[in-house]
Amino acid sequence: MISIRNIVKQYSGHRALDNVSIEIEKGKVFGLLGPNGAGKTSLIRIINQITAPDSGEVLFNGEKLHQLHAEKIGYLPEERGLYKKMEIGEQILYLAQLKGMKKAEALRRAKYWFQKLEIEGWWNKKIEELSKGMQQKAQFVATVLHEPELLILDEPFTGFDPVNAEIIKNEILELNKKGATIIFSTHRMESVEELCDSIALLHKSHKLLDGRVKTIKNSFRNGGYLLEYEGRQIKAGADAPFTIQGEKSVEDGWQMNLKINPGKQVNDVLQYLMPMVGIRKVEEVIPTMNEIFIQTVSEKN
Amino acid sequence: MNKILLIIQREYLSRVKKKSFLVMTILVPVLFIGMISLIAYITAKQNDFGDKRKVEVIDESGRFAGKMKNSKMLEYSVTKENYDNAKNTFIDDGYDYLLFIPANAADVLLLGEKKPSLTTSSKIEDELTNIIRSQRLAEAGIDSAVLAKAQKPISIAAKQLKDGGVKDAHTVVAYGVGFLSAFLIYMCLFIYGTQVMRGVIEEKVSRIVEVIISSVKPFQLMLGKIIGVGMVGLTQFFLWIAISIGLSMALGAGVMKMSGPANPTEIVAQQKAIAGAVDNNAAPAIAEATEKPDNQMSEIMQDIADIRIVYTLSCFVFYFLFGYLLYSAIFAAVGSAVDNETETQQFMLPITLPLVFTFALSQSFIINNPDSNIAFWLSMVPFTSPIAMMIRIPFGVPNWQLALSMGLMIAGFLFTTWVAARIYKVGILMYGKKASYKELAKWFMYKE
Repeated sequence: MISIRNIVKQYSGHRALDNVSIEIEKGKVFGLLGPNGAGKTSLIRIINQITAPDSGEVLFNGEKLHQLHAEKIGYLPEERGLYKKMEIGEQILYLAQLKGMKKAEALRRAKYWFQKLEIEGWWNKKIEELSKGMQQKAQFVATVLHEPELLILDEPFTGFDPVNAEIIKNEILELNKKGATIIFSTHRMESVEELCDSIALLHKSHKLLDGRVKTIKNSFRNGGYLLEYEGRQIKAGADAPFTIQGEKSVEDGWQMNLKINPGKQVNDVLQYLMPMVGIRKVEEVIPTMNEIFIQTVSEKN
Repeated sequence: MNKILLIIQREYLSRVKKKSFLVMTILVPVLFIGMISLIAYITAKQNDFGDKRKVEVIDESGRFAGKMKNSKMLEYSVTKENYDNAKNTFIDDGYDYLLFIPANAADVLLLGEKKPSLTTSSKIEDELTNIIRSQRLAEAGIDSAVLAKAQKPISIAAKQLKDGGVKDAHTVVAYGVGFLSAFLIYMCLFIYGTQVMRGVIEEKVSRIVEVIISSVKPFQLMLGKIIGVGMVGLTQFFLWIAISIGLSMALGAGVMKMSGPANPTEIVAQQKAIAGAVDNNAAPAIAEATEKPDNQMSEIMQDIADIRIVYTLSCFVFYFLFGYLLYSAIFAAVGSAVDNETETQQFMLPITLPLVFTFALSQSFIINNPDSNIAFWLSMVPFTSPIAMMIRIPFGVPNWQLALSMGLMIAGFLFTTWVAARIYKVGILMYGKKASYKELAKWFMYKE
């Protein structure tokens, strides 16, 4: 869908993007991650043709990015904004027409979305009269109204209460199901694990990491397990197939973090322990995206 | 192209639909006509409004006593008291001034608690001068009938050599037309240029600009805004003209009815004053008008008809449009460079300086010397020509000069828009950066 190839973007004094290449597959949810100032917004602006790269190119469905592609992209910037003194309905129609929609069609779809998000009573209100949450919803409608093939959402959940965040999340997933590719820029990792198929991690204008979320997580597995048992604390002998990395007592029992020795399996651990204690729970410790994020970024620092 | 039209439409409608637009459209001509009528009225009747001054006269020369005529402004009464006494008592006796004429009639004194106004003292001077001149001429043996003939005032009919024939130069009307159109252009450049700037700041501050330029190019947005606001300006402008004409016709009809044919001089005087409200020559104009009312009336009408209306109006529309386009592009660039309106101050001064300078100069210098070198150059430079040229046009401008000025205007507009668009494009996405001139230069140099 989108091929970003060797993008370099230089601002006076610093380099915002340094030779960044990313592939984004059609129909997927793609997470663009990175700490503040990593270059996410610069990259998004380049895809939106708001700015142009100094070198490198972006392909949209195999074609070099062109002004006409703007109509196939929906963009929700991190800093939201609409005309404060303009009526909300009129404003959404205006933005849709700028994206190349016919007015009648835009009106039909806007009515549909307003009903869906339960804001139909606000059609004639000015933006400045609306609550923040309402404004966000209106802006979301403006972003998706022209049924873009590519949806670029920069921190889409900020400003929503949990209920509305859930509603918007479901709408995004539904759009994705209908075929829209979604680029999702954030530094909130829990939403990444929930939504994204693939990610790219930017840090200080470089791409540190990219790929499918599952693959990345697998590559960060280190054979660590969490095991909880009943009874008294055990002492692992020299023949144990694991090494204990941490222990603590929990309600009538113990919990320990362990690392399986090379060549051994979880089953070996269980076999070793079963004669000694009653095992209550065992699970593999897979690093969360948040940990991967922090680990990767701090390694680089 | 289609999208620029959309932007123009939004910019236009969102402004025209505002209540303030309606209020401005109606209020301005009402105030304007009201102001002009008031000025004309007061100038025509200034003698009635000024207080009557009482002057006590001590005439030691004996030449003036009894010959000084009371007027609406001044009332003389002669006293036999000596100067030293009168000096202390004239205020208590209810006089405003004490006029002391010594025996040699040379070192005349005018004494008062308050400073006498320029008109008061010059009126008295004229009065004394006239009296003494008549006396001396009479002493020299000149017949009083000859004297009366000699003192008849002369009015000049200014004529212009044109196309081999002689035409009326109608200087007064040229003054009026030139001044009015320059003033309108000056005002509109400010009003609508600032509106463009505000619009840009609004889009930047509300952050909607990022959404919009993900759909259209920044240049399209800038151009759409400039054209949209410009059309609002033209709309307002034609409404103003229509309302003004309607109002003044209604007003004129009203005055006609009220005063009737018995007093045509007043109407003439008033119209004359309107035409000449710019300068202070209304008073002699009235005096003139009283002498030959019918003639004068038709002459003014003839003058107005003689000014080439279509020609002048087309020039006006051209300079208004291109002046507006040129300045609003700069205003847009300034708007893009700042985060709020207070920051615009540092850029406003150099932008508005050429306008203010030309406008100030136009009233005093250009209008009196429309063919001077300075006037010529000011009417060539695109930043000043909309005002300077409009002042010159009613007096007649050679075609080659007009063509050159218009060509330079178009070139200037293209160049400024090109520069402004480059700054605008970068500026609208810059937040929190204090924009200095150095910064603007850097933005201008950014690659595509």
